[in-house]
Amino acid sequence: MVEPPARPRSTRSARRLLRSPSGVVGLGLLLTTALVALTARRLAPHNPVLLDVPPLRHPSWAYPMGTDNLGRDILSGVMLGARTAMTVAAGVALITALLGIVLGTVAAYSGHLVDDAVTRVAEVIQSVPRFFLAILLASYFGGELSNSYLILLLGATSWPFLARVVRAEALSIAQQGFVEAARSAGASSAHIIARHVVPNVLPSATVVVAVTASRVILLESSLSFLGLGDPEVISWGFLLNNAQGFLETAWWMAVFPGLAIVVAVLGLNLLGDALTDVLNPLLPRRPRLPRRRRQRITPSPSHPLTDIHSSGPR
Amino acid sequence: MNLGYLGRRLLQVVPVVAGILVLTFVLIQIAPGDPIDALASEGGSEAYLDGLRADYGLDRPIPQQLGTYAGNVLQGDLGVSINKGLPVSALVRSRLQPTLLLTTTALVISTLGALVLGQLAARRPFGLFDLLLNSATLVLYALPAFWLAQIVILTVALRTGWFPVQGFTDARNQLTGVDHLLDIGRHLVLPSLVLAASEVALLARITRTGLLQEVGRDYVRTARAKGLDEPRIVSHHALRNAALPMIAIVGSRVGFLLSGAVLVETVFAWPGLGTLLVESARAQDHPVVLALVLLVSASVVLANLVTDLISAWADPRVRYR
Repeated sequence: MVEPPARPRSTRSARRLLRSPSGVVGLGLLLTTALVALTARRLAPHNPVLLDVPPLRHPSWAYPMGTDNLGRDILSGVMLGARTAMTVAAGVALITALLGIVLGTVAAYSGHLVDDAVTRVAEVIQSVPRFFLAILLASYFGGELSNSYLILLLGATSWPFLARVVRAEALSIAQQGFVEAARSAGASSAHIIARHVVPNVLPSATVVVAVTASRVILLESSLSFLGLGDPEVISWGFLLNNAQGFLETAWWMAVFPGLAIVVAVLGLNLLGDALTDVLNPLLPRRPRLPRRRRQRITPSPSHPLTDIHSSGPR
Repeated sequence: MNLGYLGRRLLQVVPVVAGILVLTFVLIQIAPGDPIDALASEGGSEAYLDGLRADYGLDRPIPQQLGTYAGNVLQGDLGVSINKGLPVSALVRSRLQPTLLLTTTALVISTLGALVLGQLAARRPFGLFDLLLNSATLVLYALPAFWLAQIVILTVALRTGWFPVQGFTDARNQLTGVDHLLDIGRHLVLPSLVLAASEVALLARITRTGLLQEVGRDYVRTARAKGLDEPRIVSHHALRNAALPMIAIVGSRVGFLLSGAVLVETVFAWPGLGTLLVESARAQDHPVVLALVLLVSASVVLANLVTDLISAWADPRVRYR
């Protein structure tokens, strides 16, 4: 039996990830958010729902991010908002990864009929912006959308871009020597897909899933900003919705929850960025150029965000 | 353009549009509440309700209803708003202009801004400006549009008082003629800049990468050899080719632009389709929300079609692929 190529590649990649600045920063921001999300219930200084602190206080030692108009601690709200954002992002990422990898591989390895069907369905889904679908569903549910439904909706609609990437990768892997070797050694299609195709597709799938997760965080906060989100939990968007009426009087109500969104989203984007560089050894490094113009310049790799956002999750 | 490509590309639209119509029809079917209950209000005998069902064609088989629905939509009939009692198409028409004004302005700002910034960044790759643009892209991409809008209000508008932050026109004095247009313009500045912000950084990066790719090609060397100066080479030769990926991307970004418009309109109380959508969703006015979902999807398909045709017209390689 032929072993899949180069297991130790993953440790090598991890080391390279930790050497790239955007990788370190991205990982740091993401881990911080995740840590806050995990410990928020225990560590939040106040209950962000109860009106148990004086209203409209400037940030101070007692209330590092200030308090809102009704007397709720913003820091506690931001901490529990991390929990909400990370839950939704992780849920959607999981469903997307599953659907995208399965459908992408199936499309690549089955006949024209299935391939065409998957492609057509993906095309229709990509024409309907997810944000608008979420708003429609919120309208159906009485003007608010619980996060479990939001996760299901976004999971069901975010896979097409991943499936396309996986399909393309799977097709190119199928033509490589080690797959040929496995087949001639008598391996079944299922074995080849599970042992050879999926592991090799995972790196690029990770990048797509990371960026999808970052868009999901933006979507969730946008929906709760409009007042159409889950009323049961604190969300960064909900905090910013509250802040809208106090932009003139209480800047801290708007600034801190927004910064939290930026930290989480930037972390995921930077990580996706760094992973693209690390996992794709063929991309050129930054060239060291003499400072002279009029010279043939190797173009730098196109920005992964460019590729993903130009045709990716919406 | 050869007709073969045009025909092929137009044919590709049919299944997608059909798919969207089926999807929205399914979404109508699963909408909560029986439309007949809403029409008949309280009471009414079974026979009366059945009569109403027959009047509205709700007793016919589902495929036939789907056909009626598709026919209505294609004729511009989008149903009737539950809350306002008006045809949805009339509601949409009354709110269309502000949104079109906002999104086209943002599109023009971001495209022109990207052309300028992308050229500046490409002038010295990995130089200071290029690095700044790179970081700005990342940060602008992580900013939710509504928060950027809030921060702009907080820092620029409220501090300086130069720009109004709410609405489309000044509600206190009704202006006419040129003053009216200037008033709209002043209200337009901040929302359109905010909406353009996340586009501009991304498009600038695409311009930069495209330019760097083109500058290395033989025809640029030829242009240099015949003595053209650098700005002329960029504007007459390289930029034309570098613009192709930008054209291709504008279409697929219409969905982002419209999603962003919903948020920006909400923050700035801009009386467009976005605020109509949010109002209707809050009031559970499903027909309006559904019609807007349908319209947005149609705009995405249309924008993709138009950009593909423009790309094919501008770049022969596309149509002979």
